[in-house]
Amino acid sequence: MTAAAQARARRRRRWLQQSLAASPFVLPSLALFCVFVFYPLVRSVWLGFHATDPFGRREVWVGIDQYRDVLTSSDFRHSLLVTGQFALYTVVGSTCLGLYLALLVHRRLPGILFFRTVFSSTVASSVAVSSVMWFRLLNPGVGVLNYVLGKGGLPAEEWLTDPKWALFAVGMTTVWMNVGLATIVILAGLQNIPEELYESARVDGARAWNQFLHVTLPALSPTLLFVSVVGVIFAFESFGQIDILTKGGPLDSTNVIVYSIYREAFLHYNVGLASAQAVVLFVLVLLLTLVQFVAAQRWVFYR
Amino acid sequence: MMRTKRRAAFRAVTSLPWYVLLVASAAVILFPLYMTVVDSLQDVLKLLTYPPDLWPRTPEWSNYREAMTDIPMRRYMLNSLIMATTITSGQLATSILAAYAFSFMRFPGRTPLFFIFLSTMMVPWEASIIPNYQIIQRLDWLDTYQGLTVPFLATAFGTFLLRQHFMTLPAELKDAADIDGYGNLRFLLFVVIPLSRAAIATLAVFSFLQAWNQYLWPLLVTNDPHMRTVQIGIASLQSEEIQRTNVVLAGTVIALLPMLFLVIAFQRFLVRGLTAGAVKG
Repeated sequence: MTAAAQARARRRRRWLQQSLAASPFVLPSLALFCVFVFYPLVRSVWLGFHATDPFGRREVWVGIDQYRDVLTSSDFRHSLLVTGQFALYTVVGSTCLGLYLALLVHRRLPGILFFRTVFSSTVASSVAVSSVMWFRLLNPGVGVLNYVLGKGGLPAEEWLTDPKWALFAVGMTTVWMNVGLATIVILAGLQNIPEELYESARVDGARAWNQFLHVTLPALSPTLLFVSVVGVIFAFESFGQIDILTKGGPLDSTNVIVYSIYREAFLHYNVGLASAQAVVLFVLVLLLTLVQFVAAQRWVFYR
Repeated sequence: MMRTKRRAAFRAVTSLPWYVLLVASAAVILFPLYMTVVDSLQDVLKLLTYPPDLWPRTPEWSNYREAMTDIPMRRYMLNSLIMATTITSGQLATSILAAYAFSFMRFPGRTPLFFIFLSTMMVPWEASIIPNYQIIQRLDWLDTYQGLTVPFLATAFGTFLLRQHFMTLPAELKDAADIDGYGNLRFLLFVVIPLSRAAIATLAVFSFLQAWNQYLWPLLVTNDPHMRTVQIGIASLQSEEIQRTNVVLAGTVIALLPMLFLVIAFQRFLVRGLTAGAVKG
């Protein structure tokens, strides 16, 4: 045997040995990902090419038409619009509120840990718990929200049954639910801003507001971007609060994408159409993730 | 010593407006929770009258007893506990193993495989629920604990989080272990895991919270009321038991309490996990 062949045999043996040694460590996860992430993803795309009969049994190949139908149907466009509006409400709401709360507890004061705990406590509240709680608060007749508004001289609203207010009310619930998370992440971002930046600003005689505008905000921009993009992704994946509070109504005014997928697949048994919508959702979330990635590289201030 | 104390007191006084803001904001954030507790202690007729009471005049603690006995809260809590514990232990096991391989072992295809792992984080679970439901249905796993847990036993986020930590352990440890003739498993069990308790705790808190709070998946794969998790339980009671809103709200408080305790007790672990890349669903 030549030296080269021996070396090749040795390499092959080592390759085999290393693979055998690593497989018990990696295979459990990999197998689960294949069965419950990659295969379902491929199958969603495949199902999207098929139309399902009203009993959810027969699948007929309809090709790309179903995707075109989904993208051009007014119902799905409406869902997209509702989801976008919902994302706007919830992202603006929880980012601004989270920033405000994080700034409040960023100061080192006696007892500040207590307030940090209070402000971050809503992460414990699940979507079901938050929604059941808010369903009661939002009750138009005897709920405390209308009572408080009445005390302030504001009109009572039919929060969950008025198409004008339903999405906003679900948004309020979601902002409350997500604000703990936003506060925690933004506070961590604030704590990462190096003290020197403030010192040089102080030497320049910057006032508190200017300091916030020219030091804190730029240094915090990666964190704020992260919180916003995660917020948009959450909004695109929202389901529980819609299911508990409004069931997509009134008049489809809260029929966000995931609720629409759920309704088509599991209430109308229109699996093909729902899968096509699910694929669109996947592409949208993927694009958002990429936007976050590119934006983080380009426009955001890093030290 | 005295001076620092006095300075602290001085600062506390000058920060009075700040404290006013803190207290006011805390009151607003806690108000929904407070009102839920108040309503959960009311008589059911009181809940139907206007104006709403802002504190319980005659607290009825029996609502909580009713929630635990009349409605199947205990069963719901047990189901959630089994589900969340199984998911958490499974995720810890699979991600510790995978993170170990990605940090300490050399094997062909390591880098591409790591990227394949990471790519699963970009697939929203909601986009693949239909085929996943079909899989569970075909396996005849509807209304079972396997159906509730098996799809979640692996986590790319956890693998990533633990790998980040494993990479900070000094490379000399592995060399020393090799010289002492430690195999991979022994090195993992007796050196890596003891040195990574904080990172593992972070992942555990995170996984448990997420699993306990799940909604869409348990809704899909359970029909039998005995298999409902606590989240599905309170949501369905809310629409089924309209005449007993107070008891349903007591159940809601009961469902929230363990997680509130978890979040407060393990706050620093949670913060570490969330700032590494946040997910809540």
